[in-house]
Amino acid sequence: MGEAATARRLLTGTVSRAPHDVVILGSGPAGLTAAIYCARANLAPLVFEGEPSSTGDQPGGQLMITTDVENYPGFPDGIMGPELMAAFRAQAARFGAEFRTEKVVRVDFSEQPYRLWVRGEAGADSAARARAVIVSTGARSLMLGLPAEERLIGRGLSTCATCDGFFFRGREIAVVGGGDSAMEEALFLTKFATKVTVIHRRDQLRASKIMQDRAFASDRIEFLWNHVVTDIVGAEAVEGVQVRHTETGAERILPLAGVFIAIGHQPNTDLFQGLLGMKPNGYLVTEPGSTRTNVPGVFACGDAQDDVYRQAVTAAGSGCMAAIDAERWLEAQHDSGHG
Amino acid sequence: MAGITTLSSATFDETVGAAAKPVLVDFWAEWCGPCKMIAPVLDELANEHGDSITFTKLNVDEAPEVARRQGVMSIPTLIVFKGGQPSKRIVGAKSKAALLEDLAEFL
Repeated sequence: MGEAATARRLLTGTVSRAPHDVVILGSGPAGLTAAIYCARANLAPLVFEGEPSSTGDQPGGQLMITTDVENYPGFPDGIMGPELMAAFRAQAARFGAEFRTEKVVRVDFSEQPYRLWVRGEAGADSAARARAVIVSTGARSLMLGLPAEERLIGRGLSTCATCDGFFFRGREIAVVGGGDSAMEEALFLTKFATKVTVIHRRDQLRASKIMQDRAFASDRIEFLWNHVVTDIVGAEAVEGVQVRHTETGAERILPLAGVFIAIGHQPNTDLFQGLLGMKPNGYLVTEPGSTRTNVPGVFACGDAQDDVYRQAVTAAGSGCMAAIDAERWLEAQHDSGHG
Repeated sequence: MAGITTLSSATFDETVGAAAKPVLVDFWAEWCGPCKMIAPVLDELANEHGDSITFTKLNVDEAPEVARRQGVMSIPTLIVFKGGQPSKRIVGAKSKAALLEDLAEFL
């Protein structure tokens, strides 16, 4: 690029901005709590909140595709997931957090200030530079990994019960999985479907006792234990699932109009492969008792680094820790004259 | 600028069938979070590309039989009709850049 072009870019502000003290990736409970704390510490955080999607990988995170949140403290009557996240966001904005509805697709942590790129700009100048980076990119639902999934997604195969339950009024459907999110989806779907079959690979649920009790109490929910889904059947739309008994190996087809997958999560950490320390399952590694990653000035919080608790409140708590860790790190840099 | 036309079960066939331009229909509902998320993106696209594509939306709560007829089982679903026939189907919320890519053939 010639000098004139550079000058023009500087004038238009595309590359002229000084590095941000803190850039936050992701805007679920962890990222937005970090944003609230950073903003209140006058760090003027920039939040790349993600881009629209029908999965949990979207601005606001997984709670955006959740209905009632009953276990977030402070809401005795429960609160809708999207409403809770709108409140988090408004609180961060009130103290001066800046938002960009974009997804960071590439980072460079090799020198200070760190650089971040968004989709469409990944080869050109970085979209932002940051002294400290807080990674709160969360997790998304795992799919079964079957070839039929790509063909049938949105045609009876769904990742979002709250979006798609409506289309299964009076039909029979299945939920695959045995954890809390599977029970939550199954219970929600009984509002529409006449029968919900929970297909689970074990003979008991992983879900919390209260969710198990509710699911067992529903006369519209049936359980198919010790079965895994080996295929989804249907040309234009889902017509059924093929299941296999985990012990006998016997296979059969269950005729169904819809399948909802809730078999667990994977962290949204692909872009940090080879850059940040991670466990074999992709979750980021942090120093015990802190949010520090193996790269100085890069902090991880929320589901991106938590494969144990994975709750909105633990994500928020770790977001607060990340903000405090980042603030102290920035202060230390400043004190040692490297700020 | 062009804006987004609201369709109903009464106006759907006529609007989609008679058009010379491609017609994009956004199947949405009030209770769908991802639908709300892309609504402002579609507003922008309608303003910027309204001369190439007619942007419309249909509330599936109000016109469930149209959604069923078009095989919509997930929202948001965007269907682009050309000469009355569905020509492209986009399922799920996406960024503006990704939508522009999907719609490139009509622009």
